[in-house]
Amino acid sequence: MSTTDAQPAPVETAGPDTGRRPQTSSRRRRLAGVAFTLPGVLLLLLFLAGPFLMALGLSFTSERLASPLPTRFIGFDNYVATFTSSSFRKALGNNVWFTAIVVPVQTSLALGLAILVNQRLRGVRIYRAIYFSPVVVVMTVAATVWLLMYSPDRGLLNGILSLISFGTLQSDWLQSETMALPSIMIMSIWQGVGFQMIIILAGLQEISGDLYEAAAIDGATPWQRFVFITVPQLRNTLIFVGTVTMILSFRLFDQVWVMTRGAPLGNTNTMMLEMVNIGFEQQQIARGSAIAVIFFLIVLTLTLIQRRFLKEEVN
Amino acid sequence: MGPRTPSRLVAMYGLLTILAILFIFPMVFMVAGAFKPDSLVLAEGNTIRAFWPTDANLDNFVGAFRRGRFGQLFVNSAIISTSVVALGLVVNSLMGYALARLPFRGAKLLLLAVIALTIIPLEAVAIPLLWMMSQVGLRNTYIVQILPFIANPLFVYLFYTFFLGIPRDLEEAARVDGAGPVTTFLRVSAPLAKPAYATVGILSFLFIWGQLLWPVLVTSGPDVRPLPLGISVFVTQPPISWGQIMAFAFMMTIPLLVLFIVFQRWFVQSVASSGVKG
Repeated sequence: MSTTDAQPAPVETAGPDTGRRPQTSSRRRRLAGVAFTLPGVLLLLLFLAGPFLMALGLSFTSERLASPLPTRFIGFDNYVATFTSSSFRKALGNNVWFTAIVVPVQTSLALGLAILVNQRLRGVRIYRAIYFSPVVVVMTVAATVWLLMYSPDRGLLNGILSLISFGTLQSDWLQSETMALPSIMIMSIWQGVGFQMIIILAGLQEISGDLYEAAAIDGATPWQRFVFITVPQLRNTLIFVGTVTMILSFRLFDQVWVMTRGAPLGNTNTMMLEMVNIGFEQQQIARGSAIAVIFFLIVLTLTLIQRRFLKEEVN
Repeated sequence: MGPRTPSRLVAMYGLLTILAILFIFPMVFMVAGAFKPDSLVLAEGNTIRAFWPTDANLDNFVGAFRRGRFGQLFVNSAIISTSVVALGLVVNSLMGYALARLPFRGAKLLLLAVIALTIIPLEAVAIPLLWMMSQVGLRNTYIVQILPFIANPLFVYLFYTFFLGIPRDLEEAARVDGAGPVTTFLRVSAPLAKPAYATVGILSFLFIWGQLLWPVLVTSGPDVRPLPLGISVFVTQPPISWGQIMAFAFMMTIPLLVLFIVFQRWFVQSVASSGVKG
């Protein structure tokens, strides 16, 4: 931290200022500090902290988007209504189910891909770029293209299935009660896995080569090296990636908005879709806010669990 | 990774290539569909010719502009995205710099608040924000799609950690030469932080270009509607023309694809550094 303070007049002093210049300089710097942070602070208060507190407040009222009725304080009624709504419970269940499948599958796939593209092979950068490229195709576009591919009678996926199974395998994909959510999972993994791959790749490249050399001298098999070096060394990265994927799974919205709007029978409904339906389409701002608060509590819990696990690593 | 025998290499490239095909085939399908006559997109949709632009022409693109109003929506998205990215770079970097370098009362507390705010996702504030914006009559404007996304606590934090890592010597030399904080920031610190600007710029563009939830809540017509909402409307707009939809999807991907190809190294580093939080 301390730099060469051989200058006659110290630029920054903790004690009382003696020289003229340092005094004005540090005052100017303090003023600049306030001025530099002011726009950001105002915007964050107005568009993040403020609305967040407002969500808490509104969730205990009867507020609607446009209504002549006066706003009343109604306690926990919105939360009770939310949790007793079968459509919300189904949506929450879908999010949990989505998380339970997508987080382990996507994280392991990302790890596998990262290991593959971390090899010193000619042209490996091109493969890395290709695996990452669906991230650049934004989610609404990906969902649109897959919507057509999932078409039961003229879709590409049934075409491929039919080809490799000689016409025996077919699926109604998004229109099937059982396959709708798995179809969205497959598309989501395809679109997002490249992002996680890059983060894990960065983690892989920080592992010291000495560890692998030492293991090779001890005669460790590739599998042993993976289990005893790669995975433990990547612990923090994997926890980070896993948590981020979990949070993204609870934010699930774009895909279902484009592909199903929750159909069939609410089997692809999600918390965020439910929030938009209640808070916006039905104009029940207060109940929508209650869903937002519940959603935030889930995100907060996941983040706190992540922090706890990351801390253990340090000790 | 084991001995490099030729057969191992062949197997490795085989695996890499099969995976590459799995990742790329939906995009080939999209591009082929964009160029072929609308009727063939469905007719050939479940055959191997789905990947080939049979009778290629540009009719679908014309249709995407006429019926899908691609031009208008592209302009909307471009205005919103560039405003958010440009203003965000200024606001977030100034704040990150001040927290890292300029001592002022409450700076430590503010830093803690910024870190705490990174936990709140947009989704958690979207509904009350919608309520606020309708109270002040800002719905269905560009402003309502720009203002909420300029300041971003995660980006402030990224800038903060970056500025913290720059050696103080250069800044102190500038100060000894009589440069004020603004000059020091503009002439010395900001130029040194180019990687941070690139990272934040790319991440925020990627986010805002694809944003769907907020436009669903605050826009109601094509005049200010951005592309992601535009494509979700176009998909349901009868008569449904899959050729035109694929042309729309392809054109919507081009800006990010070009950015990705040109700045590939930066993209990869941006994404990698989004993981440094852990």
